[in-house]
Amino acid sequence: MSGAGRIVMAHGGGGEATRLLLEERIVSKLGNPILDPLTDGAVLHPPDGPICFTTDSYVVRPLEFPGGDIGRLAVCGTVNDLAVMGARPLALSLGLILEEGLPFDLLDRIVDGVAAAAEEAGVPIVTGDTKVIERRGDDGMLINTAGVGTLREDARLGAARVEPGDALLISGRIAEHGLAVLSVRENLAFDTDIRSDAAPLYGLVDRLLGSGADVRFLRDPTRSGLAGVLADLAEETGFALEVEEEAIPITAAVLHTADLLGLDPLTIANEGKVVAVVAGADAPRALEALRSHPLGRRAAVIGRVTESEPPLVELLTRGGGRRLVQRPYGEDLPRIC
Amino acid sequence: MDKEGIRGIVDEIAALASGSDRMNLMEVCGTHTVSLFRTGAKSLLPETVRLVSGPGCPVCVTSQAYIDLAGELALRPDTTVCTYGDMVRVPGRRGSLEALRAEGAKVAVVYSARDALAYARRNPERHAVFLAVGFETTTPATAATVLEAENEGLKNFYILGGHKRIIPAMHTLLSAGEVPIDGFLCPGHVSVVIGAGAYEPIASHYRKPCVVAGFELEGMLRAILLLVRQAVRYEARVENTYGAAVTVEGNRAARELTERVFEPSDAVWRAMGRIPESGLDLRPAYRRYDAMDRFGLSFGSEVTPHGCLCGEVIQGKALPTECALFRKKCTPREPVGPCMVSMEGTCAAWYKYGPARAEGGGNR
Ligand code: SF4
Ligand code: SF4
Repeated sequence: MSGAGRIVMAHGGGGEATRLLLEERIVSKLGNPILDPLTDGAVLHPPDGPICFTTDSYVVRPLEFPGGDIGRLAVCGTVNDLAVMGARPLALSLGLILEEGLPFDLLDRIVDGVAAAAEEAGVPIVTGDTKVIERRGDDGMLINTAGVGTLREDARLGAARVEPGDALLISGRIAEHGLAVLSVRENLAFDTDIRSDAAPLYGLVDRLLGSGADVRFLRDPTRSGLAGVLADLAEETGFALEVEEEAIPITAAVLHTADLLGLDPLTIANEGKVVAVVAGADAPRALEALRSHPLGRRAAVIGRVTESEPPLVELLTRGGGRRLVQRPYGEDLPRIC
Repeated sequence: MDKEGIRGIVDEIAALASGSDRMNLMEVCGTHTVSLFRTGAKSLLPETVRLVSGPGCPVCVTSQAYIDLAGELALRPDTTVCTYGDMVRVPGRRGSLEALRAEGAKVAVVYSARDALAYARRNPERHAVFLAVGFETTTPATAATVLEAENEGLKNFYILGGHKRIIPAMHTLLSAGEVPIDGFLCPGHVSVVIGAGAYEPIASHYRKPCVVAGFELEGMLRAILLLVRQAVRYEARVENTYGAAVTVEGNRAARELTERVFEPSDAVWRAMGRIPESGLDLRPAYRRYDAMDRFGLSFGSEVTPHGCLCGEVIQGKALPTECALFRKKCTPREPVGPCMVSMEGTCAAWYKYGPARAEGGGNR
């Protein structure tokens, strides 16, 4: 194979091939005044208050899935980590690890995904790195992103501020990202149109914090789903949570597909949702703020913090029953039959 | 159906069951176990109706010797074991496949038999062995894959046969007579293939009510209502609340596919021992796809982890909470037995979903 149209080891050698790869396929798409000089580091001007700094690596497979790709995911994930800390994202770094054999057109689409998501989030990519590694299996790539943001003064967030009587909200429909990825992994295709919800959430969080509601805790329910966040919350606060299944926004297609696969939608990943705990009396105001943003149109109050012992998460099921909600161990898998 | 409707069914169950001793209904299928918890059905039932789990989780009933063979295969330098994800965490004598993988064993997680075939196709220099487990629902897919391998002339694809048939296991449970069972909640998925008629002998010979159900709350509760109604009237018939998917005779095409490739054989079930006609062997014409033959393997002895009650749990003789290891030494993070590993495992379901608090019904 000539390697034409694909990444080869020479692209990582630091020579002309590297320069061309960066200029033609990456920097040209992400360009901004801070990145363009391609110096060894980005110079940022310190804000007044404290800064928030975060990093995450993205290894999702397949690289593209309905509603997104690894590039979009990498930007959204890091922006959202900042957002739920109550930080306004300022700048991101982008580390690409490309596997030999990766087709250029796939790389192009993914860098486009990065560019579009960064634009949507209003955050520049200010520094980065690209490495090429030997082919290991299927054509692949990994992404690491780091982000800095300025902590908002009005964000006083933390499990320690959560109290019995607080309301639990979610910004929209759950379980779409995880199922979208699963739908294309291996041959597990089903004929529903489930798309990843990957989206940058700072704008939504900004609405919520700006609403004047006393927001006490924010978290994005990513890998272990809503169940993971709720279990963490109960553990970190020492309070119990009561959640109403009926109130949790979810589409019929997602519900049905999860059911078919034997998966609990509560444990399926989301990439564009936020879970909020607000003072009970402020719930209506918080809900209205979330719903006023396009990414929060389906927001709902889904439960409350209570005092009961031990600190567990209980789900009041659709039919009026009760059961426990726990974080999954590892990743839930479709059942055998 | 709304909450009132559900309430209505539950009240009817409670009223019917109130006059009699506690009733034991067995959910044969692991997916029912999980769904009964997940939907809250367990918490709605009165104390007088108790649900116990049966041998319907394919991971839980797979013998430990089988897991050991899989491990042996995965450690061969030229062989990859392709398996459903649940199986990789089941402890074997030398550890789980997951643990062996960290030592260099080759294990690929697949979502279907066809994925395993695709692996074989992509990696012609390796032997790909598919861990063929599951009940009547998954067997046709394995059969189709064997036929596909045959058509293509693939030379590096094998199965380690572990498929099981549910009816012989129900016979064994009942003829041993050690577990009081007042009726069976029969599995939806399996019944799609074998048909509701397959339970006739169970109902007539042992006089046990059998009702087929799907996996949503209303369907399961309706089936329980029918079971309780039959039991209090001393009736024993097969009924079907999953009529949309399950017919009396089942899916003939799927069964024929299985019959073309497999023949019934004795099989060893975890803790239940050898059950006649409860397994499936490749027919002679397809024997060359049998990993046991190809690699000259034979089953070793079974060693049950000390204190593990899995065998009792899958036969409805014990509840997970009666196992001294439950929630203590045995958790999803560090499972001792397969019942804590499998997505459909009874112990995993109890651990994950309840009972949440001491208050409430006897099923929680
Ligand atoms: S879904 Fe099928 S294999 Fe799984 S437990 Fe139920 S009947 Fe058994
Ligand atoms: S708790 Fe663990 S050891 Fe006990 S029966 Fe269940 S799986 Fe086996």
